[in-house]
Amino acid sequence: MAFLTLEGVSKEFGTFTAVRDVDLKIDKGEFVSLLGPSGCGKTTTLQMIAGLVEPTQGRISLDGRDITHEKPNRRGLGVVFQSYALFPHMTVAQNVAFGLEMRRVPQAERTKRVREALSLVQLSSFADRYPRQLSGGQRQRVAIARALVIAPPVLLLDEPLSNLDAKLREEMQFELRRIQRKVGTTTIMVTHDQAEALSISDRVVVMEGGCMTQVDAPYRLYEQPSNAFISSFVGKTNLLAGTWRRNGASSAVDIGGVLLEATAKDIPAATPVTLSIRPEKILLREAGTGRLDGRIASRFFLGSQWLFTVDTPVGIVTVSAPNQGGEPPEEGSAVGLDWSPANLRVIADTAVAA
Amino acid sequence: MTARSSFVPAPWLLAGPGTLFFVGLVLLPLALTVILSFHAYDHSSGIQNTFTLSHYVAVVTDEYYLSIFWRTLRIAALTTLICAAIGVPEAYILSRMRDPWRSIFLLVIIGPLLVSVVVRTFGWSMLLGSQGLVNQALELFGFPAAKILYTETAIVIALVHVMLPFMVIPVWTALQKLDPMVEAAAWTLGASRFTALRRVVMPQVTLGMLSGSLIVFGLSASAFAVPALLGGRRLKMAATLVYDEYLHELNWPLGASIAIIVLVANLCIMLAYNRLVETRARRTLG
Repeated sequence: MAFLTLEGVSKEFGTFTAVRDVDLKIDKGEFVSLLGPSGCGKTTTLQMIAGLVEPTQGRISLDGRDITHEKPNRRGLGVVFQSYALFPHMTVAQNVAFGLEMRRVPQAERTKRVREALSLVQLSSFADRYPRQLSGGQRQRVAIARALVIAPPVLLLDEPLSNLDAKLREEMQFELRRIQRKVGTTTIMVTHDQAEALSISDRVVVMEGGCMTQVDAPYRLYEQPSNAFISSFVGKTNLLAGTWRRNGASSAVDIGGVLLEATAKDIPAATPVTLSIRPEKILLREAGTGRLDGRIASRFFLGSQWLFTVDTPVGIVTVSAPNQGGEPPEEGSAVGLDWSPANLRVIADTAVAA
Repeated sequence: MTARSSFVPAPWLLAGPGTLFFVGLVLLPLALTVILSFHAYDHSSGIQNTFTLSHYVAVVTDEYYLSIFWRTLRIAALTTLICAAIGVPEAYILSRMRDPWRSIFLLVIIGPLLVSVVVRTFGWSMLLGSQGLVNQALELFGFPAAKILYTETAIVIALVHVMLPFMVIPVWTALQKLDPMVEAAAWTLGASRFTALRRVVMPQVTLGMLSGSLIVFGLSASAFAVPALLGGRRLKMAATLVYDEYLHELNWPLGASIAIIVLVANLCIMLAYNRLVETRARRTLG
């Protein structure tokens, strides 16, 4: 039996449906990310779990207990807000102690637990500072300590890293994962950053226009996206429109007369499809030796890798290659593109529309 | 090459009109009032060209004047308290409203300021009179008619009515700056709605409440039209007393000394209050 369950949860604001029929089961100790572009309903879903927004339909249960209509202050969940929402008139220690105070925890134990929580987020020496005297990353850690000190069954994180600069964000990702592993709290994080979702979650839930479209482990999501939206939103990809051809045992995608061998299940012949291949799965070869010939239109040096855009008969294809130290092909030179057919993903266009 | 002058005229020219206005309309009359308050006065021959402290002595030793000062202080303090008690929740509700309603209710709150003070006060005297709407309603429900007009109650009611916007607007501005998620954070940590308001929202609007109460107190303590029309001839406040000394008794020096005492007392109270609350709020809010 799952620890936290959402069954057919929907939320309408007037005539606008923010979240539609979300079904989700989360196990104890899991780290799950809700990933999607802004306005996809991921924050609304989180707020419904937190009790700050009441679902129009559906049921939310925690550890077998129905909490759909329970007030937020009775749920006892830890929430870290995007703005951190620290109490500006209280010190760090008072901020962290607030939840314990509300639970009438005796003074001595309160002090001890606040100290433990602050040492968990490595802020012990900042206990007497006010939030305005802290940096963004420190405030964020205070918010985490404040949410964790009440030992919540579930920790909810609303875009916790979006207000931090790039370098700090990367550090905090690992920090967040370290804390979560150590405490073992079931965690749900909302994010629009696919790299963040992929790097720290056990499972990623992709949301699109209020609906859940795929729930999978990060690497499976990346390798087997269920539709074209996910394949382009999670990582970079080349999307090529074509038609599905089948001839006995062999099958291929026909893109403007060029046939690219591929395999896919359950797609009838002559269906319009989208072919997806990730830039790092394409290998550059000598012209004429690959599956497809092309000419390098431009190249970008990204440090650890090179990014090429290649002009081919099927359109512009992006290719990335690790930086091996040598000089890569020049702009304008002819190259061949090769790949393993297993790395081609064929998605019927009906799935794109859904 | 031209030698650069160390005198730059632009700032002086820009500040000039304002300074002139302030000196001419505030400092000069105030200085003249201070000087006037030391002039001797004789009932038969008017203002003398000799100087005396007798007016100040007369005012601070006379039970009559002291009772008026006490009344002024009491009414102003009570008005401030009631304005805070009504205005702070009102501002909170206003800040939680959605837009068409927020604009409408903001206008309703500012409404009293759009009506002339005399007209508004006459309106209150009609409502509160012995045969006014309030007494009629009381009798309808079987209560004895109450004497409200020409009492301190009437003055406080009318003052609260007009002073409320001065409390609501600064508190509302303070609430605007508040992250609404801070309150939600308190709920998720187990605080009830009331506790969240008391422990988290209220401390952060202290500064707004402070400026609101300073404005309300200052304006109430120096209010003229409301006590003059609703307090009647006998129930005087500081401003009406000064008016009477000037225009009925024609004892301008005594009137001036009362005005100065009121001004100094008002300043002392407001500065002390400001120090008390602001230092506490500044320390935590920064």
